[in-house]
Amino acid sequence: MGKLTREQEVYKRWANARKPKPPLLRNVLAAFLVGGLICTLGQAVLNYFISLGMNAKEAGGPTAAVMILLGALLTGLGVYDRIGRFAGAGSVIPITGFANSIVAPALEFKREGYVMGVGARMFNIAGPVLVYGMTTAWLVGLFYWLIHK
Amino acid sequence: MDYVLAFLVGGTICAIGQLLMDLTPLTPAHVLVLFVCSGAILSGLGIYEKIVELGGAGATIPLPGFGHTLTSGVIQEIEAKGFWGIFSGVLENASVGVVAAVVVGLFISLLFNPKG
Repeated sequence: MGKLTREQEVYKRWANARKPKPPLLRNVLAAFLVGGLICTLGQAVLNYFISLGMNAKEAGGPTAAVMILLGALLTGLGVYDRIGRFAGAGSVIPITGFANSIVAPALEFKREGYVMGVGARMFNIAGPVLVYGMTTAWLVGLFYWLIHK
Repeated sequence: MDYVLAFLVGGTICAIGQLLMDLTPLTPAHVLVLFVCSGAILSGLGIYEKIVELGGAGATIPLPGFGHTLTSGVIQEIEAKGFWGIFSGVLENASVGVVAAVVVGLFISLLFNPKG
């Protein structure tokens, strides 16, 4: 292959200027924005439970439950997956995304039945999260016990 | 002010997750596992508690907060019951979230059908 002709060079410069930019910055901003908004909503729910007389620690569980209900419901309605296409990690990382990871495969595999379809597939992603999360907390507890007791 | 901090801290944790998904071969499932385990370990080191004091729901709603909930229950139960607290504590504080996810997840899955 010889040198590019002048026309080819001009075209190359023109094409390079129009290549789609790597979407990293857009993805990170969308994740920050949507993730931040979901957490702000979570703070409102938390403050509501605190206003009922719970302390911040007691209010954590009920807040998680409300956010899980919201994530599961929006998944059932088909809304959460649309948010996810825009938000990426911003919709995956909050606990609403954990609820989504349970409901989405359960719905998809419903035709395989209620035991091996819904019951088993619910844990496609939640399963590994629980297995490794619980084991890590158990190990942290073991070290804590060895050091302090 | 607590809303602004929740937004900033929660948004930052999610942005870190997005960077991991875009710049490494990790899938969303891998990132979730990694985040729960990181939260559990940071909690054991006493660091996650500081992030919760700063960010409120911005630290507890993202998945590392779930890891923190697991570990905080373990430590609480070890203080109360000793060795067997290592077992009884894992779901002590987290059971509300786990049971809500399973029960609500099942009912919603029974109620709705997949979209398009």
